[in-house]
Amino acid sequence: MALKIVKGSIDRMFDKNLQDLVRGIRNHKEDEAKYISTCIDEIKQELKQDNIAVKANAVCKLTYLQMLGYDVSWAAFNIVEVMSSSKFTYKRIGYLAASQCFHESTDVIMLTTNQIRKDLSSPNQYDTGVALTGLSCFVTPDLARDLANDIMTLMSHTKPYIRKKAVLIMYKVFLKYPESLRPAFPRLKEKLEDPDPGVQSAAVNVICELARRNPKNYLSLAPLFFKLMTSSTNNWVLIKIIKLFGALTPLEPRLGKKLIEPLTNLIHSTSAMSLLYECVNTVIAVLISLSSGMPNHSASIQLCVQKLRILIEDSDQNLKYLGLLAMSKILKTHPKSVQSHKDLILQCLDDKDESIRLRALDLLYGMVSKKNLMEIVKKLMLHVDKAEGTTYRDELLTKIIDICSQSNYQYITNFEWYISILVELTRLEGTRHGHLIASQMLDVAIRVKAIRVFAVAQMATLLDNAHLLTGNMQRKGICEVLYAAAWICGEFSEHLENPMQTLEAMLRPKVATLPGHIQAVYVQNAAKLFATVLKSQEGNTESTAAQETSQLMIDRLPLFVQSANLEVQERASCILQLVKYIQKLQQKDVEVSEEVSALFAGELNPVAPKAQKKVPVPEGLDLDAWINEPPSESESEDEQPKAIFAKEEPKHSRPRHTEVDEKELARRREARKQEQANNPFYIKASPSSQKVYQEGPGVEHIPVVQIDLSVPLKVPGLPMSDQYVKLEEERRQKERAEKKKKEKKKRKEKRSGRGKKHDSGPESEEDITPAHMVDIVTEEMPENALPSDDDEKDPNDPHKALDIDLDKPLADSEKLPVRSHRAAEAPKSPTEDGDAESAALQEPKKKSSKEKREKKKDKERDRKKSKEEKKKKKHKHEEKEEDLLGGQADEPAVQSEETSEVAAPPTSTSAEVSDLDFWLSNAPVPSNTQEAATVAAEEAAPVPEAASGTAPDSEPDEPKDTEMEESKSSKHKKKKQKKEKEEKEKKKKKKHHHHHHHSDGGGGEESVQNGTVEDEEPLPPMSNYCLLAENSYIKMVNDIQGNLQDGSQVVVSVIFENKCESFLKSMEFNVLDSLNSKLQRPEGSGPHDGLTVPFQLPPGVSNEARFVFTVQSIVMPQKLKGTLTFIVKVGR
Amino acid sequence: MIKAILIFNNHGKPRLSKFYEHYSEDTEQQIIRETFHLVSKRDENVCNFLEGGMLIGGSDYKLIYRHYATLYFVFCVDSSESELGILDLIQVFVETLDKCFENVCELDLIFHVDKVHNILAEMVMGGMVLETNMNEIITQVDAQNKMEKSEVNLTLPVLFMFECMT
Repeated sequence: MALKIVKGSIDRMFDKNLQDLVRGIRNHKEDEAKYISTCIDEIKQELKQDNIAVKANAVCKLTYLQMLGYDVSWAAFNIVEVMSSSKFTYKRIGYLAASQCFHESTDVIMLTTNQIRKDLSSPNQYDTGVALTGLSCFVTPDLARDLANDIMTLMSHTKPYIRKKAVLIMYKVFLKYPESLRPAFPRLKEKLEDPDPGVQSAAVNVICELARRNPKNYLSLAPLFFKLMTSSTNNWVLIKIIKLFGALTPLEPRLGKKLIEPLTNLIHSTSAMSLLYECVNTVIAVLISLSSGMPNHSASIQLCVQKLRILIEDSDQNLKYLGLLAMSKILKTHPKSVQSHKDLILQCLDDKDESIRLRALDLLYGMVSKKNLMEIVKKLMLHVDKAEGTTYRDELLTKIIDICSQSNYQYITNFEWYISILVELTRLEGTRHGHLIASQMLDVAIRVKAIRVFAVAQMATLLDNAHLLTGNMQRKGICEVLYAAAWICGEFSEHLENPMQTLEAMLRPKVATLPGHIQAVYVQNAAKLFATVLKSQEGNTESTAAQETSQLMIDRLPLFVQSANLEVQERASCILQLVKYIQKLQQKDVEVSEEVSALFAGELNPVAPKAQKKVPVPEGLDLDAWINEPPSESESEDEQPKAIFAKEEPKHSRPRHTEVDEKELARRREARKQEQANNPFYIKASPSSQKVYQEGPGVEHIPVVQIDLSVPLKVPGLPMSDQYVKLEEERRQKERAEKKKKEKKKRKEKRSGRGKKHDSGPESEEDITPAHMVDIVTEEMPENALPSDDDEKDPNDPHKALDIDLDKPLADSEKLPVRSHRAAEAPKSPTEDGDAESAALQEPKKKSSKEKREKKKDKERDRKKSKEEKKKKKHKHEEKEEDLLGGQADEPAVQSEETSEVAAPPTSTSAEVSDLDFWLSNAPVPSNTQEAATVAAEEAAPVPEAASGTAPDSEPDEPKDTEMEESKSSKHKKKKQKKEKEEKEKKKKKKHHHHHHHSDGGGGEESVQNGTVEDEEPLPPMSNYCLLAENSYIKMVNDIQGNLQDGSQVVVSVIFENKCESFLKSMEFNVLDSLNSKLQRPEGSGPHDGLTVPFQLPPGVSNEARFVFTVQSIVMPQKLKGTLTFIVKVGR
Repeated sequence: MIKAILIFNNHGKPRLSKFYEHYSEDTEQQIIRETFHLVSKRDENVCNFLEGGMLIGGSDYKLIYRHYATLYFVFCVDSSESELGILDLIQVFVETLDKCFENVCELDLIFHVDKVHNILAEMVMGGMVLETNMNEIITQVDAQNKMEKSEVNLTLPVLFMFECMT
């Protein structure tokens, strides 16, 4: 029986692995989906088994299926199971699967935190590596927050393999958890000078990525990078650094000057094309950032252009492409240097490679001039013909339009030519860009008055031949052009030679097949045409002809009245009735043409798209100021309506200082109330609860029901702005009318003097007040528009959160959230040195960003707290400590490590800033570019310290532990604030001592004691041994020796002495790993497991145990914290 | 940053897909299809850069690809990566595969996509280039495979015992 099961499961285990699955899928080409679904069923069975090997195999297959597009998220939990296998083989499979299909909304991800933490601190570097790799793909904000500290620790791992991965993943952590950037940055910077090139490269990579998004925060690193650039031989690193400089130079022109020389040298010396190309790119960026025209820089430009020409002429298409790409960057600032290579670029237009042609097109955009525009466009039109039926043709089309319309048609000397080009372009079949052509036609016709006669004629032809365009219009957008054509013919119908013919063309039944919005324009403009036609016909006194025209309209319009499109229908029926009425009048021989054309009198003018936004706030106007007195507090609760309206305020907040007389005010108030009364959405306040404020005139006219509606008048902001809006509107209308008159006059005057050249400015009347921008004729901004504040930045850009000042000293509150961080935030006594100073320094500097961060933290804290409160209700302090323990408490050690960092930045920062200035202003590369980061570097000697304290390795919810921990943490706090000067002293102070024993066994009674010995005197009898910790039960002394064989090991001998009358047993010794040093534990035990002391202590006896630590760096003094747990045997 | 690494064959069958940003499985397939469509219609002797597709990337992104025999290797990267550098990286990747599989061919990738992932993981991590030195990559990959082997030897008997006990 048992054997059967064994056989069965082993069979299953081997019956289908990944290779079999793949083979199976290949053998079932015709019913692949079906086969896969049976496979998925099998996998589901396999996942139900307890055997991890079977599960891993199943997950491995799922990963493959995921690649084929199958959703495997249902197996997320099984993936987590496989991830937590102790076997590397399965772990790797699990992490791979997780990295392929986990994402932020995978809910099992939160189960992984502890597993990942365990793997990160695994003694096996590949466990750690695999965990880091996986994490880099699915890190979430929560994971980032919880693991940031562990990863930071790994940045100083002994193995470069782990270091480089840890460094790299920090970028992902920063993205997900921006608060970690500042605390982690000093170490990241340190890694720029890591002895291992891989780690160095990773650090460069991360910083470049960070700096690319927020360059200004990284300017202070420029000297360091400069040093790296001049010393490194790794092309990857060089490329990254040079790219980074490209991002930095625009911010600091002095940096650019410094860079030119080494970059030029590199350009001359390097044989790697990739490097050469990046150098050229950065030189270009430098040149752009420098004020141009300096003689020695023209040499650099020449060098760049010359090198690029070589690239473009290269037979390697890749180089050609990149050469063109870089060339287009130069073009922006130094068009002349590029224009001399026009031949080469035009040649590229004929290249068989589309990417290259597109790049060449980009370049052409910048190379046109009044002289060569026509020639270039002609060439492009040829290409358009050749490129039938490709997306490249669409690209060409947009490029032609871009090139011609750039900077307000600057290069167009003959608009008739341009219109014909546009008309020619309409012949392209199947282009997506009909609307683009249409908008160009409209734009030109509206803005270039002189061209209207010509444009209208062309458009009329287009309308006449509309059937040619509409051939395949159902599919593509070229019929958009008809929209423009119809509008132009209607609006400028006075220029039409034969308006009657056009009118007929516009009313053809075929029109009804056009898209709705175009039909609507047709209908509307047919009416305009109709007005024009009437005018001419009545002038000729052929009343019958006029009546025939009306009849034509009446015959044709019903077709549109039936349209399914609302817009078309509405316009058509309206116009139809109008025409019918006109016909009636005509039959009575009434002259109507004047009145009909009055319907369409006046011109519509274009407004710049951003004009509205650009209206400056008038001087002296404070939009945030109260307009009326603020309302009294008492009102606030019962005034819903005010709140609602107040929200709307910003929309019309363009109030101006205007004198309004009382009568006018009352009149408007009345009008508004009327409006409110009719507004179903206006919530009327209940009369009883309101205080009546208004004493103003007009009160008596207010109907009783509405009496309280006047209260909103007193609400600051809204009612006034409402009034102003109305006022504005009235005023504007008046002024608009006046202006139109003026404009007409002006135009008439101007028309005579106006050439074809261009449209620009004259219409932008100087007298236009910003409030009237609607009237601006050319696409221009109000003349005192605010400087551009284009908000290109995507508010959702995760990199925005990383815009963090890195030079500011690190605040205490910014430590990475080890779970003890609450304890760390506890107030410190300000009199203590180092820290307090830095804290004081920071205080004024901290700005909103920090506040925000703190708020977040607060939130987080609240959340945690509430969680715990649910769990049990204990007093605050306890809770904190429990959390500390719950976090598996490797934090104290890290804390102490961090304190030293906290103290360091203030000095190094100021040094850096002045360094940068110094470095930039002085020509020679200073050797002092090293930051002062390694403050205590000279104080050498590895000092891993064991300390004792007793923390039974039991569940966090045991109250005893928490009590014990309580005292411990208070210790930590004190400890942290100390900044020892001398190494010896340090050693001792670093130790912290507390002991806790709880008696086990029968009594169940517990005694808690905390030894807090700060004894600093070495013990006389054993000169090398010094006191580690002591309480009434036990005394520990220790000695530290380096391991002669292995430089990375330190042996700590601890002598335990039983001082009490009882037997001490089950001693467990644990030291929390720090960044740099780790207690060596037997294979297989977790990073937080303690070591059992291999003996028991009868009363009065002492014995020695040795513990080995691995130490990564002997440069920094280390503080380590640890605990000793033991059981005191009381009585029997 | 590298946004995605795709390997597919001349018919657009995916052989490896690694996205460093989350997309739904459907979108991933669409991206693979679109990328294949863009890349496959290009001639052999044109440049290896392509302005990104609609689905993945946007203006800042480029497709950088190489075509080896039956396989396309496509990297979708943003402007912080050096174009020529990525081309070199693809070359390193392929050479590494060649070493690890001893004369790699499409079949190796078909049947051992997990191994390809493991190799790739030593080169690119979370969208950033981790290692470009082929020897270093191979050393790490080999060391991990060795570990796996030693575990297999260990595992079998243990498994047996475990099964027998139940």
